[in-house]
Amino acid sequence: MPANSFNSFTNYGVGIGLRVPHYQHILAKKPVVDWFEIISENFMVDGGRPLEVLDSILEQYRVVQHGVALYFGSADKFDRTHLKRLKRLVKRTKTPWLSDHLCWGSVDGRYTHDLLPMPYTFAVARHTAEKIRAARDYLEVPICVENVSSYAEFHASEITEWEFLSEVAELADCGILLDVNNIYVSSKNHNFDPYDYLNNVPHHRVGQIHIAGHSKFEKYLLDTHDHPVLDPVWEMYAHALKLVGNTATLLEWDDRIPSFDEVHNEALKANKFRDQRLAATTETAG
Amino acid sequence: MAGILFRPLTPQWGMQERWTDGSRMDEVAAEFIKPNDRLSSFERLEIYNRQYWFRVLDCLWDDYPGLRATVGERKFMKLITVYLSRYPSDSYTLRDLGNRLEHFLREEPHWAAPREEAAIDMVRFEWAQVLAFDGPSKPPISPDDILDTPPSRLRLGLQPYLSLLDLDYAVDHFLIAVKKRESDVLRGETSNAVDSAPTARAHRKRIRPPKHEKVYLAVHRQNNMLYYKRLDPEAFVILKTLSRDATVEDACGDAVAASNRTDIDWPAQIKAWFDDWAVLGWFCRSL
Repeated sequence: MPANSFNSFTNYGVGIGLRVPHYQHILAKKPVVDWFEIISENFMVDGGRPLEVLDSILEQYRVVQHGVALYFGSADKFDRTHLKRLKRLVKRTKTPWLSDHLCWGSVDGRYTHDLLPMPYTFAVARHTAEKIRAARDYLEVPICVENVSSYAEFHASEITEWEFLSEVAELADCGILLDVNNIYVSSKNHNFDPYDYLNNVPHHRVGQIHIAGHSKFEKYLLDTHDHPVLDPVWEMYAHALKLVGNTATLLEWDDRIPSFDEVHNEALKANKFRDQRLAATTETAG
Repeated sequence: MAGILFRPLTPQWGMQERWTDGSRMDEVAAEFIKPNDRLSSFERLEIYNRQYWFRVLDCLWDDYPGLRATVGERKFMKLITVYLSRYPSDSYTLRDLGNRLEHFLREEPHWAAPREEAAIDMVRFEWAQVLAFDGPSKPPISPDDILDTPPSRLRLGLQPYLSLLDLDYAVDHFLIAVKKRESDVLRGETSNAVDSAPTARAHRKRIRPPKHEKVYLAVHRQNNMLYYKRLDPEAFVILKTLSRDATVEDACGDAVAASNRTDIDWPAQIKAWFDDWAVLGWFCRSL
């Protein structure tokens, strides 16, 4: 039973990001993993080892695509070559949905390779939503937009980040990839209550959740994805599950990547945590 | 904001204090970025400025170890910083970040002085490896496909992932030595065994610069593993001529005519080369 209209894949439990240092282990040992999230751009190539590995993974596992370069918030039009390659990959992986970030990152054809925050205005929301719709129509796959972590805010912003995310999602009629760690990081950097964020996004649009670790610096938090998930993020994840129900979750670990077993254990921990919290929610409701 | 991110950092890895028109960056930043109770507008923007440069510099550092070793680490950092300022990324993928390095080094060779020519050879070689790693392939031609076509009419295409390089420096041998040194260092760093820890020595061990030597190289892949193979000059001419859609007969004729070697059984040698290249899967249908 789908938890909501944007989450028809409640049989997807906790997945793991497919990363190069783990290829050999995964292909040789074939560990039990519910699903893998791939970075689309790493496989939008014409041949060679990346596609060979992907095809081997696809033979045994479910794969969901996560992108880092659609830049829905950039003023630039989409790069047609990018979209064509992405569509080719969508057909190859048969990803049930595709996610990318609510951010900008390119200007006049020059790329920052970063996920940059946007001014939260209604005009920007309309522009962003139009691009999401255009991408979805071209790619023919449901899209979830992910909230990014940020370190700066614009004077030009008219609304909160969660209002902006909600506005974009409603206008684009798309799903949300709710990154709980990003909300926590941004809440500390911008002095807001992360639970206000969680409580006020349209829960019926949340199709996926991300959890990850971050790093603490003296004056700000940095979204580094190089640690296990920290306690405040686990607590927020529990609250998010209560709000959105059973939702596919991805454990991110992208830097200083440890052994596959260590990442896998963290994912199993997340799976157990999720099952317990969902069971507790059901009991309470009963 | 993008204009600010693309501006190089100061030598202390900070954001520049002045904008291009001479105005103070803290004032420029304050115009559009909010400060908070811990960070000024300048400091918040500086996080992004740093992240941009750390990301792109790290990428080229990892992808061009040969160029780094050819010019030296300090010069390499200067070179790639200027390169990225002139040619910011024009692709959605970091894979392509070095796609104009050769062009840049031809425009401004002094950044690689005194090894300008070796640096260009190395960049061509390292970019060819990028192409060989994940470039497209076409179905290889089987002997049956060409059995009935005489050499005077036979045209063979080459795999798109195959690069043919005529080089003036032995950058292939040099890169092997560089990678060996780096793996020795890595082994030392990851091992507690005293015997297998060549760290300090390996760090200090100097590698002779690329030797001045005419080298003909094919950079390719086999079973999705990256390889580079030295070619005889005549073999290089044949392949290069075939890549321009010439017939097999013309390509072989050009190669033999250009050769000054007289002690070769050319028909046997050419057959051996073609057999080898066919096994490697280099041939595909021509354009």
